[in-house]
This record gives sequence, C-alpha cells and structure tokens, in this order.
Amino acid sequence: MSEHDADQEVLRLQHLKKSYNVGKPTEVEVLHGLDLRLQRRDFAALIGASGSGKSTLLNLIGLLDKPTAGELFLLGEPTQDMDDARRTALRGSAIGFVFQFHHLIQAFSALENVLMPLMVATGKPTQDQLKRGRGLLAEVGLAGLDQRKPDQLSGGQQQRVAVARALITRPALLLADEPTGNLDSKSAAEVFELFRKFNREFGCAVLLVTHDPRLSDQCDRTVTLVDGRIQSDTKKAAAAA
Amino acid sequence: MPMWIEWTIATKFLREGKSQSALILIGIAVGVAVIVFLTALITGLQGNIIERTLGTQAHIKVQPTDEANRILTPTDGSVQLVLENKRAQRLRSINNWQQVRDVLDTLPQVKAVSPVISGPAFARRGEALESVALIGIDAVRYQRIIAIQDDVVAGVFRIGAGDTVIGKQLASDLGIRVGDKLRLDGGQGRESVVNVAGIFELGVRELDARYVYLDMKQTQSLLNLPGAATIIDVTVDDIFDAQAVAARIARLTGLKAESWMETNAQLMNALRSQSLSTQMISVFVALSVALGIASVLSVSVVQRTREIGILRAMGTTRQQMLRVFLVQGALFGLAGSLVGIFAGYGLVGAFNTFGPKLFYIPVSPWLLAAAALLATVTGIVSAAIPARRAAGLDPVEAIRHV
Repeated sequence: MSEHDADQEVLRLQHLKKSYNVGKPTEVEVLHGLDLRLQRRDFAALIGASGSGKSTLLNLIGLLDKPTAGELFLLGEPTQDMDDARRTALRGSAIGFVFQFHHLIQAFSALENVLMPLMVATGKPTQDQLKRGRGLLAEVGLAGLDQRKPDQLSGGQQQRVAVARALITRPALLLADEPTGNLDSKSAAEVFELFRKFNREFGCAVLLVTHDPRLSDQCDRTVTLVDGRIQSDTKKAAAAA
Repeated sequence: MPMWIEWTIATKFLREGKSQSALILIGIAVGVAVIVFLTALITGLQGNIIERTLGTQAHIKVQPTDEANRILTPTDGSVQLVLENKRAQRLRSINNWQQVRDVLDTLPQVKAVSPVISGPAFARRGEALESVALIGIDAVRYQRIIAIQDDVVAGVFRIGAGDTVIGKQLASDLGIRVGDKLRLDGGQGRESVVNVAGIFELGVRELDARYVYLDMKQTQSLLNLPGAATIIDVTVDDIFDAQAVAARIARLTGLKAESWMETNAQLMNALRSQSLSTQMISVFVALSVALGIASVLSVSVVQRTREIGILRAMGTTRQQMLRVFLVQGALFGLAGSLVGIFAGYGLVGAFNTFGPKLFYIPVSPWLLAAAALLATVTGIVSAAIPARRAAGLDPVEAIRHV
C-alpha cells in the first residue's frame, strides 16, 4: 500500500435506511439504519441469508440505488443529494463492480471490455490506457487473449476479464456480488487471489458479498447482515494486528 | 472525436444483430427507393407538361390596367345614387411601353422581354373569311420567348415589309401555300395584302387556326394604334417565380401583370393535386419506415437490457445511452437510404430505357441528397422512443434482467 494511506476512509454509512414501495400500503423497510466504515486496507465479506438485504445494500453502496434515509459517504463525499450525472461519474471513477455472472458486453473484445469504464468516461483509449488494459489482463492471467470475444473464453476467464474491468479505473472500492458463485473451485480460488492481490498492492478496499462460508472465512473482516440490521462485524486477529 | 464511445457501441450493437439490421435496412431501402422513384417520376412528368404548356406562351403577360368609370364624388350634404355599368375594354396601348420594356430588361429574374401588339382582324382569300388574331412582334425579341422559328413547317420565318407567317390550320382553311397572298382586314376600311412567307405548327389547334404574325408597324396601322404595344411578354429564369415577379412588375409599372400560373389556374390546380398526392404517399411510406425502425430498436433495447445495465454500472451516463440508440437510428436511416437511392436511381434509369418513353425523367442530385437527409432524420426521430426507454432503465433492475 505504497501510494495510499491504508487508514483512509473509503466508505461510511450513517443510519442508512432503505424502503421499497414508499408511500404505498405495501411499503416495506428492508434496511433499518446501518452504520459501517470501510478503510482502504479492508478486505471484508458481507454475509447474510437470502432476503437479509445484502444485494440492496450493495446497490446503495454502488450508487446504483438511493437510500430512503441516512447518508452514504464515498471517499468522504456525501452522496445523498448528488444528481444522477455526478453519481454516475463517481460510480465510474471510484467503484469497481464484479457481478456473479461475468456481465461482459458480448459485442466487444476482452480488452475493450476491460477498457469500457475508461472509454465511457473519456472516449477513445490512449496508448497508455491500452497498455494498462493489456497489463491488467496479463495480471489476471489472460495475457495474449486481448482480442477474444467473451463467448470465446471460459467462465473462469470471463470472470477474470470482469475483475480486470473493475480495476481499470484504479477504484477505491471494489464491490463483488457472489463473484465466484458461478465458478468451479479452482477458478474461484484464482479469482479470490486476485482480489487479495489488488487489495494488497493497490490499496483498493474490497467488499465481497457471499453466502459461501469458505470464502468469507478467508476475508479479514466479516460483516453479518440479518433482517436488514448488522448483527456482527468481526475482524480476524491477523488482520487487526 | 466527439461521441466516440456512442458511435463505437452503436456500430458494435448493429453488427452483432446482423440479421435484424439487414432486414430493417432492406425495409428502409425499399421505402426510400419508392419515394425517390415516385418523386422523380412526378417531377419529370410535371416538368414535361409545364414545358409543353409554356412552349407556346410567355411566363408573364403585362397589359394596361382595365379602364374603370370615374365617378364624381358627391358634394357635402348630398346623397348620390349611382347605377354603374362596367366599361367595355377597348384595345389600348401600354403607355410608354418602350420605357417599360427597358425597365423590365433590367430586372434580375427576367430572362427575356418582348413587346407585342395584338388585336382582332379578318383574313380573307377570295370568298373565304376567317377571324384571326394579329400578332405584331419584334421578331428577335419574340423568338427569345417562344422559339417559333423551330415550329415553321413550310417556308421561312420572315415578317415585315409585307411578309407574314400564319398557322397551318389557317393556311389549310384558306387554301394557302407559301408565297400566296392574303388580305387582312382590321376593320373600318383598314386593309392590307400580305405575302405568306412561312407556315408554322405549334400543335395547339387554337393558335394554329388564328395566329397571324406580322411586324409591329403593319399591325399598328391595321389596328389603328400607331406606335402602340398592347402586351409585353416576359419570361423568367425560374418559372415558379413567375407569380412573384409578376407582382413585382405590377408594383413597379402600375400595369396589369398576369403570370402563367394565373392564366393556367386549372393546370396549376391539377399539378398541385398531383404533387400533394405524391407527398401524401411519401409521408406514409416514411411513416411506415419510421415505425419499422422504432420497433426494431425497441426490441433491441429489451434484448440488451442487461448490457445497458452493465454499461450504466460502468459509468455510462443516461445521455450517452440515449445517444447510442439515436446513433443507431441515424445509421439505419443513412445506410438504408444510400441503398434505396441506388435502387430508386436504377428504377428511374430502367423507366427511361425500357418504359413507354413518352418523356424522360431527370433525377436531380438534390432529390437524392434530400432523400438521404430525410431518411437519416426519420431514423433519429423514430429512435427517440426506444432511446429514451434505454436511457431511463434503472441499472439495478437492468442488470438483474435475464
């Protein structure tokens, strides 16, 4: 973590609430006031049963959705009152997403998919950016496969392209939603190792949603969500040290 | 390059959905081809009709204003009852027609100006008597208005010094051949005998039976209007400007100026109706093309919902998403119209080569450019609804979309 201060706050939730069907008889509160802090060094797992509000929380943190009440600070900036354009810009620059299904754009090559967050922000990629994209692909073990289309890659390879794409903007926070749920155990281990590596080398906070205990056990910190409340937030001794 | 990413995503999307893109392109091409062919056909047909009509008449006729009764204004405190009969319009000269002619010569849109003295007379040969219209002209100027010399079927077009040129129908009615004498009677004992130097055939029966061309001097003395011109014929550069130019001439000279559009009101009406029906067909074809584009893009938005969600999660703005689909619509319109223009051009060529050959259809490059532009704009407009839907998608739900 040479370039970044490991203690820098990446994310802070203050009494974050989320309800659906607001104002209708079917109104239901899914998240009941969450408080949470993530620093750059954090490598955390967010676990919880189906329906506990994990995905909802992830969408809020990823600025894909807006909380009903409370405040969400991203890199110290309050986001509740931001307009759509600024949220989109911040989402593009500060957050990397890895979804359960790889979610690559079929019409584009592996390299173009990796560069997509840069291209939508600044247009045609520069030589520098192309080099960075190829470098990232090499780092995730896909050297030489730049020009392959997603359907010419295996499931594990596709997910690694998605990881590279999430990291191309050097985000402060990597959000992963069941990133290994669709992979065999060998590919899953490889992808997990990548997260580890980037957390260590780039100081990119990782928040990993999973209900696989084998995966969460390997994280430094485990946040448990039960019925829309944080039930526990434990750090491993090794990570705390 | 501005909008690089929008272009890139749009073209990749189009290439990915090849068969869909190909089908809608064919649809657009057919529509554009129909519009191009139909418009060219009708324009050609109308041009032909107008050319034939205007081949025998001036674009604008300038005449003296009608004479009106001048009624004494009543004195204060008295009531005046007036029974007015419209005055009969006698043959009159245009005042200072030489100056008027010179003024008209300087007008920018005016191509040719020809003073004419025209009036009724009888043509007599032996016992045969025909009523004719004497047309006294300045031959050089007149031929710039109507290329009468090209329609001479016997003899030569030579007027003046006792020579005349008459219509073919009149010649046959009176049994006249080139070189024969003809007695013209302008009324009140003004007669003269002229030599028929040429016979013309304009193809309009009325003219071929009645027109007798003389020089201005002879006509003036036959009609007892020394030094007069009763009409000034004018042609303009753009025949559809005739109405406006006529109005300008009327304002400028205080004379009555009538354009060919007024004198041929019925023809104009028919042409306008024809144009209107062509435009209606074009509009409906364009409409169905637009609906085709809109429906293809709507399906595409549904098919790509998840990819749109991913792009949004990657930081693509709503405006960018909107433009991605507008660009697709524009590309559909442009590419489809280029194919359609070629097809339409080919159809016109085939018509000119293998058709009935009654007339030739010219295709103006402007029509082709306009068709391409229209199709592109139609593409953008019809992409608006699907594009708005794509831009309005909620990324969270879009990503979950299967």
